[in-house]
Formats: sequence, C-alpha cells, structure tokens
Amino acid sequence: MSAIKIDILNKRFPGVGEATGHLVIENLNLTINPQEFVCLVGPSGCGKTTLLNIIAGLDTDFTGEISVGQVTKKSKIGVVFQNPRLLAWRTVRQNIELVQERFQNAELIDELLDVMQLTVFQNVYPEHLSLGMSRRVALIRAFAVNPDLLLMDEPFVSLDAPTARQVRDLLLLLWEKRPHTVLFVTHDLREAIALADRLVFLSAAPMGFVADIKVSIPRTERNNEQAIEEFRQQLMNEYPAIKQLI
Amino acid sequence: MLNTYMLEPSGLKINLNIHKYFLSVLSLLFLLITWQALAVYLDSSTFPMPVLVAKVFWQACVTGQLPYHLGMTLLRLIVSFSIAMLFGCAMGIALGRNRKLDAFFDNWLVIFLNVPALVTIILCYVWFGLVESAAILAVVVNKLPNVIVTIREGTRALDQDLMDMARCYRLSKRKILLEIIWPQLHPFVMGATRSGLALIWKIILVVELLGRSNGMGYQLHLFFQMFDVASILAYTLAFVGVIQLIELLILKPLDQHALRWRR
Repeated sequence: MSAIKIDILNKRFPGVGEATGHLVIENLNLTINPQEFVCLVGPSGCGKTTLLNIIAGLDTDFTGEISVGQVTKKSKIGVVFQNPRLLAWRTVRQNIELVQERFQNAELIDELLDVMQLTVFQNVYPEHLSLGMSRRVALIRAFAVNPDLLLMDEPFVSLDAPTARQVRDLLLLLWEKRPHTVLFVTHDLREAIALADRLVFLSAAPMGFVADIKVSIPRTERNNEQAIEEFRQQLMNEYPAIKQLI
Repeated sequence: MLNTYMLEPSGLKINLNIHKYFLSVLSLLFLLITWQALAVYLDSSTFPMPVLVAKVFWQACVTGQLPYHLGMTLLRLIVSFSIAMLFGCAMGIALGRNRKLDAFFDNWLVIFLNVPALVTIILCYVWFGLVESAAILAVVVNKLPNVIVTIREGTRALDQDLMDMARCYRLSKRKILLEIIWPQLHPFVMGATRSGLALIWKIILVVELLGRSNGMGYQLHLFFQMFDVASILAYTLAFVGVIQLIELLILKPLDQHALRWRR
C-alpha cells in the first residue's frame, strides 16, 4: 500500500433554503506514509469525522482529491466508528465473520477474540454486551479483515480509564505484529502521544492544518506516564497554537 | 429465602398465563351463551342456534363440500399473497432507496391505493375474462400498493450507520440485502403480512362471488340466495379457524424466531 495523499480544497455542508451552508474543511493537505500510525488531533466538532468519512469513501461531495494508494478492491479498509455499529440480530462471532467477505479466517478470529478476552462471549447477541465490550468487538471486526488501512474515530471515547488503557495496549500489540497504516482520530492529546508516530493538529471549523509533529518517545517508553506528560508539556511550550485546540 | 425469591417470578408467570387462558375461555363461553340466548329469544330461521350451525358445519365437512371450497380459496390466497408480497417488497425497497423513483411513482401509489377494490375486480374480469388469472390479478392489484407503502416506510427508516459500515467493509450487495436490510425490515414485512392477509380474505370472497364457480365466495353467494344462514355461519367459523391457525402456526413462530436476539 502506497502513501495516502489528502488534498481537500473545501468541504461544505449545504444550508437549509437560502442559508449558505457550513464550511467544514478548507485547504487541507496531508500525506500519510505507508505503515505509519498517525493521530489526528483537534477540538470536537472540527470535522475530523467528516474527514474520515471522505477518506473511507462514504462522502464524495467535496472539492479536492484523495488518493489512497492503489485504491483497488484488493486494498482492505478496517473502520472503527465512534459507536460500535454491530448488527443486533447477529452474534458477536457472526458480526466479525460478516466482514470477512471472500476469505474466511476462523483462526484469526479465534486469536483476536482471545486477545480481547471475548472468547466466552462469541455466541452472545450484542444487546447483552456492555459498551466497552461492544467497542472491543468493533475493534476485532476491523482487525479481522487484515486491513491495509485502519481508520479509527475516537474508538475509546466513553470507556473507563483501565479498559481504555487495556484496549490501547492491545491495539499497539496488534499493530506491531502486523504493521499497516493507521489514521486515529482523537481529541485526547495524551492518548495521541501514547499511540502515534506522528501527530497532526487540526484547527476548529473550517478545519485546516495547524502542526505536524513526530513523536520522539521510543515505542518501549509509551507506557511511561511521565515521559508522555513531559512530551505534552514540551509541545505546549513550543507550539502555543496547539494550546487553543486542546 | 433466596430460593423463594428466585422461584417467585416464574411462578407468578405461570399463574398469570393460567389466568389469561381461563379468561379467554370464559369470554368465548359468554359469547356462545349470548348467541344461544338471542337465538332462543328471536326464534327465527335466519338466526339459528349454535347447535344447528355445528351440525351444518359437520355435515359440510363430511360431504367434502366445505374442505373443497375452503381449499380453493386458500389456494388463491396463497398464490395472490405470495405474488403481492414478492413484488411489493422489491418495489418498496426500490422506492425507499431511490428518491427520484419514489417521486415519480408516488402519485401512482396514491391512485392505486384509492381505487375501490370492486372497480379493479370488475375491470379485471371485463378485460381478461372470467378466468383464474384475472381473479388472482384482481387480488394482487388490490394488495400490492399496501405492501409497497409499508415496505417503503421500513426502507426509509433503515439505519444509515449500519449501511455506512457495510460500505466501508465493501460487503457484497447480496450480503447487504440479507444481513443488514432484511432483518431491519422484518417488523414491516410482518405488519404487511398481517394487514395483507386480512385484506385479501375480504377481497378474495368478492372476487369469487363475481366470477368464479367455486371457493368460499361462490358458496356464500349460493347460501345467500337460499337464505341459508346456518351454512353461512358454519363457513364463517371455518374461515375464522383457518386465520387463527395461520396466526398461531406460521406468523407467531416467525415473529419469535426473528426477534430472538431482543432482550
């Protein structure tokens, strides 16, 4: 999978009747390298979800150009939405199997279920799961397609801190095992520092580019709260523009 | 202490069920008694007693008349119902998913919804002759707009989040239809089925009365000419019984199977 080039001139939500509408994204240029873990950080409501929808191909109503490498039918995209979006009428396992269109890979599912500690729940309907568990199922579903590109839209929001930390560790574990490009949207700077190779800061609507920063903390030090906090402080001092965003 | 607490709810449920069962038997018994009392009071040949109706019912069963005509009507019902549901679901989904198509055909729907059943029946017989296919067509044309409107509503109410998910993961059209659209449409399909059966029952009798030489409608017409109220009531009872059986043996289990994932 080659690099993802994002070049959006503008994206506008139509207004009602005479209203001119609402400009969401303006002049956004961004390149994401293959197998890079990039966190998009910006205030809530700045259009991050809209950007992800455009990249995922759900929203084609914009001016500009997106090239997701050779977007062929072969390149697989895994998506984790803000809400789990599971089919209520299918069991946990059936929900995961659903997305494995042409290649059924039961071993991979077994392994993922095991890592996420959901093996005993695989034949349960999603209505009986807690939100945290449903989110983990959504994560498994995204990994089950062996994605070349993984899009994640604040997947850990509203999880309690220990669960969020646990799932974050699992995410890194899976990513290191099988590197692929990850675009991770969040408004939590600490979370972004703990996960990303690169942070991309975005401004409030109309969304534009603010800063692009490499995270220099080595992967082995990412569990060190102090190192993350120090990096955060340093960021805030060096880029005052970021302060307003967080 | 714990045990009693655990047992109480299920015990209560059984009690309630027996209670409900008892009540429905009681209410039916009351209806029968009222009927008997009225028949005795009126003492008229056009208002027969329940016993006489039961006797006629038994006679009609033994001679094979009632099973034959009921069977013919049921056959017509199954054929016309299947055609109407199949095309209705397909068109309903198409109209619900495509706004331009919907805008174009909306007027057609309103017109066909409001054409009286009798008019379509007469026109079908006039244009196509007094044949079986004309009878079936008349029923289908009456039922189809109803199914389309119901399924269209259901399609409009589909969860866009799930559709987006399906598109992101590039699910095949077949999978999207079977795994995502169809389960969400289920309540609407069941609604269309129930209201559809009720509607077709009523229309099919008129169709038979006007242009067929067998079936319940034809028989009822015959009894009407002879003022044979006991036979009319006997056939009606058979009718109600069949509907109850369909509800109990087919629709209820379908409902339960489809909603098994609900809490």
